[in-house]
Amino acid sequence: MSYIAICKLEDIPSLGARRYRRDDGKVIAVFRNAEDKVFALQDKCPHKGGPLSQGIVFGESVACPLHNWCIGLDDGKAAAPDEGMTEKFSVRVADGLVELDPWSGVSAPMVCQAEAAE
Amino acid sequence: MKLDKPKLVVVGNGMAGIRTVEELLKLSPGLYDITVFGAEPHPNYNRILLSPVLAGEQTFDDIVLNTREWYAEKHITLHTGKKVVKIDRRARCVETDDGTREPYDRLLLATGSDPFILPVPGKDLEGVITYRDIHDTERMIAAAATHKRAVVIGGGLLGLEAANGLKLRGMEVTVVHLMPWLMERQLDRTAAGLLQRTLEGKGLAFRLEAKTEALLPDATGKRLAAVKLNGGEELPADLVVMAVGIRPNAGLAASAGLHIDRGVVVNDTMQTYDPRIYAVGECVAHRGIAYGLVAPLFEQARVCANHLAQFGIARYSGSQVSTKLKVTGVDLFSAGNFTGGEGSEDIVLSDPGAGVYKRLVLKDDKLIGAVLYGDTVDGAWLFKLIREGTNVAPMRDRIMFGESNLGDTGHQGQSKAAVMPDSAEVCGCNGVCKGAIVNAIKAQGLFTLEDVRKHTKASSSCGSCTGLVEQILMFTAGGDYSAAPTKKSMCGCTDHTHQEVRDAIRQQHLLSIPAVYQFLEWRSPNGCASCRPAINYYLLSTWPHEAKDDPQSRFINERSHANIQKDGTYSVVPRMWGGETNSAELRRIADVVDKYNIPTVKVTGGQRLDLLGVKKEDLPAVWKELDMPSGHAYAKALRTVKTCVGSDWCRFGTQNSTLMGQQLERALWRMYAPHKVKLAVSGCPRNCAESGIKDVGVIGVDSGWEIYVAGNGGIKTEVAEFFCKVKTHEEVLEYSGAFLQLYREEGWYLERTVHFVKRVGLDYCKQRVVEDAANRKALWERLQFALDGEPDPWHEPEKAGVDLKQFIPLVPA
Repeated sequence: MSYIAICKLEDIPSLGARRYRRDDGKVIAVFRNAEDKVFALQDKCPHKGGPLSQGIVFGESVACPLHNWCIGLDDGKAAAPDEGMTEKFSVRVADGLVELDPWSGVSAPMVCQAEAAE
Repeated sequence: MKLDKPKLVVVGNGMAGIRTVEELLKLSPGLYDITVFGAEPHPNYNRILLSPVLAGEQTFDDIVLNTREWYAEKHITLHTGKKVVKIDRRARCVETDDGTREPYDRLLLATGSDPFILPVPGKDLEGVITYRDIHDTERMIAAAATHKRAVVIGGGLLGLEAANGLKLRGMEVTVVHLMPWLMERQLDRTAAGLLQRTLEGKGLAFRLEAKTEALLPDATGKRLAAVKLNGGEELPADLVVMAVGIRPNAGLAASAGLHIDRGVVVNDTMQTYDPRIYAVGECVAHRGIAYGLVAPLFEQARVCANHLAQFGIARYSGSQVSTKLKVTGVDLFSAGNFTGGEGSEDIVLSDPGAGVYKRLVLKDDKLIGAVLYGDTVDGAWLFKLIREGTNVAPMRDRIMFGESNLGDTGHQGQSKAAVMPDSAEVCGCNGVCKGAIVNAIKAQGLFTLEDVRKHTKASSSCGSCTGLVEQILMFTAGGDYSAAPTKKSMCGCTDHTHQEVRDAIRQQHLLSIPAVYQFLEWRSPNGCASCRPAINYYLLSTWPHEAKDDPQSRFINERSHANIQKDGTYSVVPRMWGGETNSAELRRIADVVDKYNIPTVKVTGGQRLDLLGVKKEDLPAVWKELDMPSGHAYAKALRTVKTCVGSDWCRFGTQNSTLMGQQLERALWRMYAPHKVKLAVSGCPRNCAESGIKDVGVIGVDSGWEIYVAGNGGIKTEVAEFFCKVKTHEEVLEYSGAFLQLYREEGWYLERTVHFVKRVGLDYCKQRVVEDAANRKALWERLQFALDGEPDPWHEPEKAGVDLKQFIPLVPA
């Protein structure tokens, strides 16, 4: 586990998200909800790969901007009856700084439906 | 499971009781420690589908709604095969036939109904059964395997389904019916005649106006041998199925001293006379009516769950019911009151040769009843008109021919869901075929359109196949599928409707989303992706310059002021007033396209250029270097004003349509609305700008301008309706603007002008805008006030509250 500070908490709008691009190109979306909890998921919906960072955040969920799938911020899982899971990462707030462990992804490397179909 | 939770005991493990529990778990999971008692030895199954089981089209496993695993997963204690025989209200405890005692804090009675048994001699003979549960069904299936002749007493819905099933199982079946025609509570004489003919064609025999006098035993005296009718005729029979009606099973409630009148009497919150005891389903009498179809039970379940969850805001005020016979190959629908009566009128279409009969009953310009035979495509739509009490006077001449809802796109001519092959595509947006929908309905036990949308995605995108999906639902789940409630709540976060939310914002002068949530007691702390954008719009349109925009409650397109594409890039559409551009603009566009490697440039239908494939990071620079106003192609706002070249160039042009269009666009741009708004101005009736399918379409004629409203070129093409005729450019601006302001103030979020005008009526819009000059001026002024100082988000992002940080990806410090 190695956390790196990526921004200040207030750099992420409440009920919003920011994107962090890893060296290998993978984009991680870092979310902040109304209670100032932070979450990190791969910026890719398990449905058709939509950028979750651009969705509407509510409670502990985000609605994908492409087709409105609801993804749990805490576990990366799509809300039933949709099925799928996006990679989640460890993230925390320390002294007002958002710290992300960009290599902590859990869940098998994701294959989204669009890719699987090809 | 914690011990200090209040205990909810449910008596009755059927569809109504378990549906209530499901609704309760949705609202307040974990509020109660729940115990369910069922007298049958099975988990909850779909009683509506007993007929397909009898007919051999489905098996019992197919119709189980909640498996034992489901109960375990939800921490519900399930006792099957145990009959509750006593309620001790003082000790707040129920007792079963095997002596189990279970205390309760809240008790839910869902004991269902019992079949009515004719009090005739021989009713207790072996071979005489009723048709109520899976046990009866299994007995019928067994009897059909070993016996030949069956008589079904009762030519109602259940009796005919039983007769059909037994016939399919190879028995000779005669239906004995007391009344002059079949299904007299659902059908008129003509439709019943058609039905009888179809069923006779399937091999069923009928005895109408026949009363059963006795059931005669065989030589042993124990087993049934024949049915004796009042005329003296004796029908040989090995099996008799009594399907002459049901009555609420209220015995348990009665023995506990609860008030009974036909059924267990409940109020509008589904409470019995003992406030700790609720009741739902076929055992209850609500406002004097005991319902025997599933749709009302589900409505009751929703209300009851709301109160059990301690929300306390739902009311049940009775249901309209519709019926569909589940006999394969018979297309029949009936709803409401079709017997007419004083002051009612009939519209009838009868084509006996084609086996089609339709009768619509109208009273006071409202549809009150409908009987459809042979072609039930519009059943769901007509039922909606009945339930909502829609004024049908304007469509009287067309109502018989149904809603054209079924399809401009993809499913033209598909009017009979029943005969569609399983492989036929129903939803063109999501590629869902009929077979997938039918399977989902059967396998998941779906009853509502919403459920089908969630599970299959069918009709969840553009919605143009909604009618077809409803039909398939009706056909598969039976006519008593749960139709959408009359009052449609905004989303799962609330029971309030769009109108109620709009009214509250205006009356209470609410200025922020949290204030709305607090005042209207939202169930979720910060709403969801459906309600937040709607409320944000309502606040801004009701209180311009007062309410503050919340960008996090807008969809991404309106937050980043560009259209998101499937690969996560964006498209940029700069505004070209009235579709006119010049060399300087085109040069800048070309330069931007080269500099930012924009892969595609496309001419849009709205007469401007779309730059596709722009990276999010590049958006601010692209806007700046284009140096053209935002085209708002991404917003629920004024998009374009399409124009023809008009009298400046065209040899037919009567008016300067380009100038008129530019004036309109300059007056209305930056105008947010419930949905996107498109205008067009044509210089003569040849209408090259296609004004006939726009939200506001203006057509120049020699003497002035004609204004048309509420057209739509989208999912379903709708021709705009004539609104008024005016003389000057100023009048065009004022009338068009006033109409759009009316839409902005009173439309529901995501409602296009065509749906808004259909809902409130064109006459209403004319009266507020055309006839009432003072009101028109006031509307026009309010619109100008709202637009005054509204910034262009591309060029005044700070003023427009654009979050500029979103365009820069994070890099570690």
